[in-house]
Amino acid sequence: MEKFTALKSTAIPLNIENVDTDQIIPARFLKATDKKGFGDNVFRDWRYNKDGSENSDFVLNDSKYSGSILVAGDNFGCGSSREHAAWGIVGFGFKVVVSSFFADIFKGNALNNGLLPVQVSKAFLSDLLQQIESNPQTELEVNLYNQTISVKDSDLSEGFKIDAYKKTCMINGYDDIDYLVNHKEQIEAFEAQKIY
Amino acid sequence: MSKKTLFDKVWDSHVVSSIDDGPQILYIDKHLIHEVTSPQAFNELEDRGIPVFRPEQILATADHNTPTLNQDQPIKDALSRNQLEQLSKNCKKNNITLYELGHKYNGIVHVMAPELGVTQPGLTMVCGDSHTSTHGAFGAIAFGVGTSQVAQVFASQCLLLTKPKSLRVTVNGNLKNGVLPKDVILYIISKLGTNSGTGYFCEYAGNVFENMSMEGRMTVCNMSIEMGARGGMIAPDETTFQYVKGRKFAPQGDDFDKKVAYWKTLPTDKNALFDKEYYLDAEDIEPMITYGTNPGMGIKISETIPVDENPSFKKSLAYMNFEAGESLINKPINFVFIGSCTNSRIEDFRVAAEFIKGKKKAKNVTAWLVPGSKQVEAQIIEEGLKTVFDEAGFELRQPGCSACLAMNDDKIPQGEYCVSTSNRNFEGRQGQGSRTILASPLVAAATAVEGKIIDITKHLN
Repeated sequence: MEKFTALKSTAIPLNIENVDTDQIIPARFLKATDKKGFGDNVFRDWRYNKDGSENSDFVLNDSKYSGSILVAGDNFGCGSSREHAAWGIVGFGFKVVVSSFFADIFKGNALNNGLLPVQVSKAFLSDLLQQIESNPQTELEVNLYNQTISVKDSDLSEGFKIDAYKKTCMINGYDDIDYLVNHKEQIEAFEAQKIY
Repeated sequence: MSKKTLFDKVWDSHVVSSIDDGPQILYIDKHLIHEVTSPQAFNELEDRGIPVFRPEQILATADHNTPTLNQDQPIKDALSRNQLEQLSKNCKKNNITLYELGHKYNGIVHVMAPELGVTQPGLTMVCGDSHTSTHGAFGAIAFGVGTSQVAQVFASQCLLLTKPKSLRVTVNGNLKNGVLPKDVILYIISKLGTNSGTGYFCEYAGNVFENMSMEGRMTVCNMSIEMGARGGMIAPDETTFQYVKGRKFAPQGDDFDKKVAYWKTLPTDKNALFDKEYYLDAEDIEPMITYGTNPGMGIKISETIPVDENPSFKKSLAYMNFEAGESLINKPINFVFIGSCTNSRIEDFRVAAEFIKGKKKAKNVTAWLVPGSKQVEAQIIEEGLKTVFDEAGFELRQPGCSACLAMNDDKIPQGEYCVSTSNRNFEGRQGQGSRTILASPLVAAATAVEGKIIDITKHLN
């Protein structure tokens, strides 16, 4: 897994609530047996018209926005457990997703792929979206050590929470498999004395 | 000793160890896998040279990508075929039991595992599928995981998790005629909202669930994820024990009796505390229907679509081509789907057949009936339900996830409405541009017969 410590970038505002994983990556693109290429089809049915042309109304196709931070509406990533959604977002080039609320499974999947989910207050999200929409050059700074997200050259800043274990994993690029496999003896001992 | 919930008892008995200021190592008893979310996990292990730790605790089926016609023929779509071949190869190589397409035990993972007795009270179960919450109907902790976690369970039979908070939804009273378990859960989600359960595990309590069959309980727990809850649970009782007894992988003889004695200790202690509680009255529930693009956007079938100025709400209505304030009664419908891991068990087809018997499907309607498993399919034929469906002009197809998720051949065309017994009405869920209306098998059957949405409450005795 790629390490993550801090990031300065402009951001893309996806001002829609309840973005589900079927929108992030529709099921017809889940037939691959590797993790590559999902970035090409991320938000497929919003990004492209039925005839395959680009939908110019969709924010990812709007040339004034760029950057590796996605700022999305409340309850991002709800629905299916497909990790392909996280692979798609990472594949497209995002390193951070900001929202006021994340669905559980998506959040876990993101963390397992070096994609940092930053949960902020509703008020902060609203200010952030407004700021980016009024000035697409707005630069954000996400600092995982300090657990802060701030808008450059402004007072707009907020702290965010992350589990201490997951923080260590992100900073060092570790994943859970290494940890679990190193505890095999303990797991075997547990199996030998299971009570149920 | 402190009072514990059903969830606490099962969770705490599976904790291998805890990391300071971090997650716990949770032991997983049963791991269910299918073709879509497992290949990358197998690759991950192979790349790292890690063997599958407990293959005998894994059970595999093919369901998402599979066609529901001509299952004896080779699969036409090359990518789907490749994914199924990959699953067969991976299972063989790692000594994992697989019930592949055509096998007498094949079916949707959340239908076949309970009917084989794999699902039992007090267990922890995972699958790379969010509707794994279904198995909580037995008093198991069951939840969906991502592919990285599938790989973790392959490698260690454990997951690193932070214990979720607890939530209880209590529904007491008598359900009205025509109100099915699907209506109960759609009602709960419409009242509580699609993210009310995020961060929580939900227990369903009250006489409504106590009186429900296992099939009904599975329908309810299945949709827990649609309110954001990782899982749902119902306390095991005589209904549960009788369902499990005698099934292929269920404990047998004395062992079964010992297990029952243990299972009886699992229900939530009196006065145990939950982080959040909701109480609802059964009398307030009516047959439900959804009008928007998330499962929380549901109304009683006799109600009108609410008015809301939220832009996401308006976007959703625009997608559905519905107006705020209008009724769905008499809306013409050309597609009806009875199936999915929510409603494809024998009871669902019995309800549909009872309504359909002696009637004919409306000419404008394409109606797909898709059993959840080979065993359900066999039972439909054995009970004579297939004859009812055939005579009424319905098409009984072969088992699989089918039109629930637009991954296989069964897709709803652009712009069309489908009254569906599945679990998600997201944009494009049943096919690009398709519009899904979630409902019970009874409402779906009535829609197919009438060719439009009707107020089912007026058609019942």
